[in-house]
Formats: sequence, C-alpha cells, structure tokens
Amino acid sequence: MDQDHKKLKESPFPCEGLEKVLSFIDSHKDRSSASLVCKDWYDAERWTRSKLFIGNCYSVSPEIVARRFPKIKSVRLKGKPRFSDFNLLPQDWGANVHAWLVMFAKVYPSLEELRLKRMTVSDESLDLLARSFPGFKALSLSSCDGFTDEGLKAIATHCRTLTELDIADSVTVDIGGGWLSCFPEGFASLEILNFASLQCEVSFDALERLVSRCRALRVLKVNESINLEQLQRLLVQVPHLTGLGTGSFMQELTPRQYEGVQSAFSNCKNLQVLSGLWDATSLYLPLVYGACASLTFLNLSEADLRSGELAKFLPHCTSLRRLWVIDTVGDKGLEAVGLSCPLLEELRVFPIDPYDLDNRQGVTEVGFLAVSRGCPNLNYVLYFCRKMTNDAVATIVQNCPDFTHFRLCIMNPGEPDHLTNEPMDEAFGAVSKTCTKLRRLSVSGLLTDMAFEYIGKFAKNLETLSVAFAGSSDRGMQCVLEGCPKLRKLEIRDCLFGNAALLSGLDKYETMRSLWMSACNLTIKGCRLLAKEMPRLNVEVIQDEWSDETHANKVYVYRSLAGPRQDAPPFVLTLGGEDI
Amino acid sequence: MSMPQEHDYIGLSEPLPSEKSSDKTTAAAAASNVERNGVFSLKETELRLGLPGSEAPERKGGVGIGIGIGIGVSLFGKDESKCVKSGAKRGFSDAINGAGKWGLSINGGSEVDLGQKGGVNVSAVKREIPPLEERKNEAAAAANTAPASKAQVVGWPPIRSFRKNTLATNTPKKDDVGGNSGTGTSCLYVKVSMDGAPYLRKIDLKTYCSYTEISSALEKMFSCFTIGQCGQGLAAKENISESHLMDLLHGSEYVLTYEDKDGDWMLVGDVPWEMFTDSCRRLRIMKGSDAIGLAPRTMQKCKSQN
Repeated sequence: MDQDHKKLKESPFPCEGLEKVLSFIDSHKDRSSASLVCKDWYDAERWTRSKLFIGNCYSVSPEIVARRFPKIKSVRLKGKPRFSDFNLLPQDWGANVHAWLVMFAKVYPSLEELRLKRMTVSDESLDLLARSFPGFKALSLSSCDGFTDEGLKAIATHCRTLTELDIADSVTVDIGGGWLSCFPEGFASLEILNFASLQCEVSFDALERLVSRCRALRVLKVNESINLEQLQRLLVQVPHLTGLGTGSFMQELTPRQYEGVQSAFSNCKNLQVLSGLWDATSLYLPLVYGACASLTFLNLSEADLRSGELAKFLPHCTSLRRLWVIDTVGDKGLEAVGLSCPLLEELRVFPIDPYDLDNRQGVTEVGFLAVSRGCPNLNYVLYFCRKMTNDAVATIVQNCPDFTHFRLCIMNPGEPDHLTNEPMDEAFGAVSKTCTKLRRLSVSGLLTDMAFEYIGKFAKNLETLSVAFAGSSDRGMQCVLEGCPKLRKLEIRDCLFGNAALLSGLDKYETMRSLWMSACNLTIKGCRLLAKEMPRLNVEVIQDEWSDETHANKVYVYRSLAGPRQDAPPFVLTLGGEDI
Repeated sequence: MSMPQEHDYIGLSEPLPSEKSSDKTTAAAAASNVERNGVFSLKETELRLGLPGSEAPERKGGVGIGIGIGIGVSLFGKDESKCVKSGAKRGFSDAINGAGKWGLSINGGSEVDLGQKGGVNVSAVKREIPPLEERKNEAAAAANTAPASKAQVVGWPPIRSFRKNTLATNTPKKDDVGGNSGTGTSCLYVKVSMDGAPYLRKIDLKTYCSYTEISSALEKMFSCFTIGQCGQGLAAKENISESHLMDLLHGSEYVLTYEDKDGDWMLVGDVPWEMFTDSCRRLRIMKGSDAIGLAPRTMQKCKSQN
C-alpha cells in the first residue's frame, strides 16, 4: 500500500524521459504550450529548448532569456515594426542587436545560428559575433541595417565553420566588396551564400575560388556586379545548386559565349529557386530555360518583363509553385500565368511605377482573375494595382478559397471600385467570409467601417492586419479588435481612428504582439490613458517634427516583460500614464 | 489635343461615359448625401462644370448635390485636365491658373445649381465668371500641359527601398532614408495640414519645381477632405505668374499658406519658387476667410524684403 502511494507521488514520467520526448518538439508555439502544463514540464522544456524565437526584441530582455533557457543553439530575433521598411521609422529608433550578442556570448558559447529581421547590426556586433562562437554556422540578416563591409570581413575571416551567409534585403550604405576576399583559403564549408541586395563589387576571382572550394554549396545568390560570363564560370563549378540568384544580364554575348552560358544553365538540373535576372531581356532570357524544369520558385521581381516574354518563359517552368513578377507583364502576362502554372500557390506582383510618375497601366482585376481561374491552389498573394473591383475579388476568392495571405494594395489611397465607384468593402468582406484559413490580410482602396465589420465578423483566423487610408469611424478599428480572436499584429496608417478606437482594444493588446498606428487621430492623452490602464504594455509615441503637444503621430504599443525600453532615443516617449 | 482630355490614372485618353473613381467629388455646403441602396454613389453626387457645349455625364438628378464627408470618402484621382469638367470649387488652385481668372466659391448653406451642359450658375460668387473665350482658352491650355506631378506620401505604396527595378529609383530625388534625412540626401519634407482634416501629410518640397506642381499635387492629396464646405477643382497646368495668385485668392474657399523661417504665416505664391522652398517650414491649407488677413501683411513683407 505504502509503496503504491509512493509510486503515485512520483511523476508519471521520469525527467529524462520527458526531456527526451520534448526534445523532438521544434515549434516554439508547441513548446510554449508544453511549458504551461506544470512546473516539471516547464523545467523540462526550458532545458531542452535549443531554438529561440523572439518576435519582438523588446518584449523580453536578454537577461530574462538567459535565465530561462540555458542551452540555446539557434536564435531568431525580430526588431523594428514592419512599417520601418517603408521609412516610417526615424533612424536610430532602436532594435540594436548588440546587447543580445553580449549576453549570448556569455551564456550560449555554442550558438550556431543567428537570424535577424529588421534589426540594427553594427560592425562591432558582427565582430563580436565572429569571435565569440567557435562553432557558428549560419548568419541571416533580413532587412537589417547598420553594418558595412568591415563587419562582413570579420565574419568571413573568423567564422571557420560558417555554412550560411545570407544578407537578404538588408540595407547598407555603399560598401566595398572586399569582404568576400576574406574567406581563408582553407575555408570550404559554405552551403548558402546570398549577397544579392548588396551594392558592391566583389572580386570575381575570390568568388570563383570560394565557390570551387565549397563543394556543399547549394544556394548561391550573387549581386548585380557579376555578369553572365562570370556566372557561367561559377555554374560550371556548382551545377548541383538548388538555389541560384543570377547577376546582371546586361552583357553583349558572342554566339559562342551564348552557347556556353546556355549549356551551363542546362546542366543545373536541381534548381528549385531562381532569382536575380537584372536587366534580362527577351534576347538573353531564354538562356535560363534549360534550368527551369524543377523550378518551384521563380523570382522575376528585378526583371521588368513584358507579357510576351513571360508567356514564353513560363511553359519551361512546369513545377512552379511561387512566382514573383513586376507589373510590366500586365494582365496579359498574368493570363499566361493562369494558363501555364496550374500548381501555383504564391503570386506577388510588384509595381514598376509605384509613384505613378509615368502613367503606366500595370495590372488590374483582369489579371488577378485570370490567375485565380488557372491556379486553384493559390494561397498567397501580394498584388499591387491601380484598379480593382468588388466583383472580381469575390470571384477570385470563390476560385481560390484557400488563401492564407491576401495582400491587396490598390495604390491610390482611397480608390473605390473602378466600375461601380463603390467602396471596396464587399471585396474584403468576400475575402473574410470565403477564406476561412486567412491569417494575413492587407486592405486598401476606399473602405468604410463596413469592411472592418466583415473582417471582425468572419476572419476568425486572422493574425496580421495592415490598414491604410481607410475606415469611416472609430467603430471600424473596434470591430477588428473585438472580432478577431487570433489577432497578433495590427498596423494602421493614415486612418481617422482616434482615442476611442485605441482604447477599445484595452483588453486585447496583451494578447497581441504589437499595434502600430501612424498618422491617425490619436492624442498623447489617449495614449497615456492606455498606458495607465495597461501597465504591462509599452506605449511608445515617436515624436517627430510632425507631432505636437496633443497629436501623437506615430504610436507603437506592444506587450513586454521587460518594462519600458532602456535604450529609447530621446524622440521615443514611453508613456507611463503619470499625469493625464 | 484641342479638347481637354480626361486622363484617369491609367492614362486612358477618352473621356469615359461612366465617370470613374478618379472623379473628384465636390461638396456644396448643404452636405446632403445621395445614397443608392445604402451605398454611396459618388458619380451621382458629383458637381461638374463644363464648357458650353461639352457633355456632362449622365446623372439621375439635375441638381448639384453635396457630399458630407462622414464616411471618409477619399479619392486620390489622377485626372490631369479635368479642370473644366468637374469641380465647382477651385480653391487656391484657381489662383494660380493664369489663363482663366475664375474661381468659384460655393458658399455655405447654398445649393448650387449646375446645368447639365456647361456653364455654371453659382448663387453667391465673389468673382466674375470670365467670358466664354477665356474659359475655352483655359480648356485648351489645360489640355496642352503635362500631367501634374504626383504628391508622394511617405512610405506609400509600401515598397521596399532595395527594389531597384522601379521607376522611383531612377528619379533624382529618390531618398531611401527616413524623413529625418540624417544622411544629407536632398529632400525637404514639410508638414501639410488642412483645416478640418483629420490628419496631416508630409511632402518633399524638392520633388516639385513650381507652384503649379505643388498645388495640383496637394489638391489631389487632400481631395478626400471635403469636410462639408469645400470642393476641389483641378489645376490647370500652365505656368503662373505669382502676382496672379494674389489677385485671385480672395474668393476662394481655401488657400494655401506656409510658415516661413521667421514663424510668419504667408500666402503661398508670393515669392520666387526657390525662395519659397528655402524658407518654407510647413504648409497649411486654411479657410479663405481666415487667410484674408494675411494678404496685406504678406505684401508688406514682400515689399520690405525686396
């Protein structure tokens, strides 16, 4: 009897068993759930977590993280609010990674991966990184800034076991390309190299030698400084690439060179991802055809093709799942997409002329409809256009009900349905009603509160919502805050939502990652009230020349365990609700 | 092009029978909404002007109707030369129209009866409507001018700056840095506010070369803020002489003013363009009635500076 009691008191799983089981769980959401079961599970989880994901670097501090998780090998860290990508955030706002690296160097010496998004990374930080983690493998800097070639030199020089260097979309001042030459002669471990968005000239010799050494290289994305002939020489070394970003296509090729490049491409039988293609014209685009049979992702967002060129290209890409194009392809080009890409899941159409300097037509609802008819598996769309209709969107989502990401940008703010002149409310109503799996939505066009009523009522899986130049009253924002249970990120600009709207989300913001509101109708007083009522939120007002004593022009609200920012610059006012 | 051509934002040159979203909406102060089926039909509520003999689009009622802005109607049309076809309200843009000396003011409380074809009968007009020939001239002049430059709202459309293959990156003033422009690239952002509008805008003065450009750009930018009492017209695109601006501001519902280095509020258009961009700190679209007091002062200041 006593022994039975004793057995009952013991945990049903021995710790080691629990830890073993938990070590198979990768998803941080699942791990978070596991950690909430009981103290034992919390402990087992924290000892076995090796991958850290922090969606908002200010929601927690390096110290808190270090205390909880002793054994981290991989870190994903995101910093600035997304609208910083569009220059809405002043420089030196923050999200500097340095303090994190200092902590990691102390507590996680076996750190292997660091993936940063929208963070400021100085050369000093890169140097610290390069010297502090002997087994460091993968560095990915997406939409980051603050570094120059000095920092990259440090990485190249000191990271002996580097397998991945990916500087996607990061913004640098004009930097030199000398860093590429800093990889030591014995260095051969690179598997992924992406410097496509860097504006620098690299030494082709150094690159060629690097590529020839790194037999495991599977992704190579060079920048515009590499021409076709040079690309051929690289491809000959690594025909087994799964991902290729070409350099510039602007080069006159002799027939012999043409054949050489063509043959090099044809030998790339494993290519799944193709990008780059700067200045590719109808003359030289066919060079890549031979490499496209297994292509699943074709990124033409740097190649302003026309409809005919795209129509000729696509039949070579029979396995295409993701396609990014520029709107120079027009509706006709998108018709070709509908015809040639039955497996398509993701489409992004970028504008050649976002500021309408040139009166270019771009794409309209016609093209979008054509794609939806031919590509029933479509689940991700980013579509920049100047004209759209409610009916078209309703039809599109009937054709493709599985959208998880629907980002429609009608570029003229407040543009109504171009056939009926009505607001675009019904379009987004249709999206919300029909696409039950919808997780991310960006709305645009003329929108009244009705649109937001629809979203609040139907978009029950919505996690991210982006709003601009929309709404007719505070009620719009309120509908969303009250109606969307899974909402995590809400970013709003240039709408007339005011304090009442802001305060209607009082109970909501702690369940969300963040709220951004700029150029709305908020006042400092309203923000203070929010801060006072919700002390575990950071309510920050970014003061610029455009805000004054009452008008809060840029407001960023987020939950945080770390309290107010310690590193806030003078123009970031963290409200504490002291005096209303 | 002898007839004014209607350009919507995709550059179609034929005036289309069903007026599209790019029409400006104008409002009489009566501010009554016309709603069909509960939906706001902007076409119906549009006030149009036309030259004698020009066709106005089909409309169900014959009376000009105003629009209250309660629903946040926001139209950023791209009509270039619709100045004579729509928009009873010219505002200060009239002032910079050198050819036509007309500016109409739709006063609060009065409904404006617009004929279906051409002509405008305005009940309380502070200025004369110019004779026929001048209006025709204006139409012709308008048709010959280039499309207005587009006002650039910061960070819109949401395109990443690293994307090299957009036209914007080819423009000389393209600035990828935030508005504080700490890196010294040339851009000159100033705040623009409009009386009664719920929010502010920011524009880069360096993208414009003349008062005409900036005026049409601002008109488009703020066309949505028809808060009961204003309407919009579209600027003619000719060069103006600054003195015209002064003459014509008096009757306009809204005028464009700016705060200069000294903190004084001045009427836009007084000084040569370069001087303006140098000294302008912020812009404000204020009600004409408020601005009247400005005029003598600015003239004086102008004189004293010269």
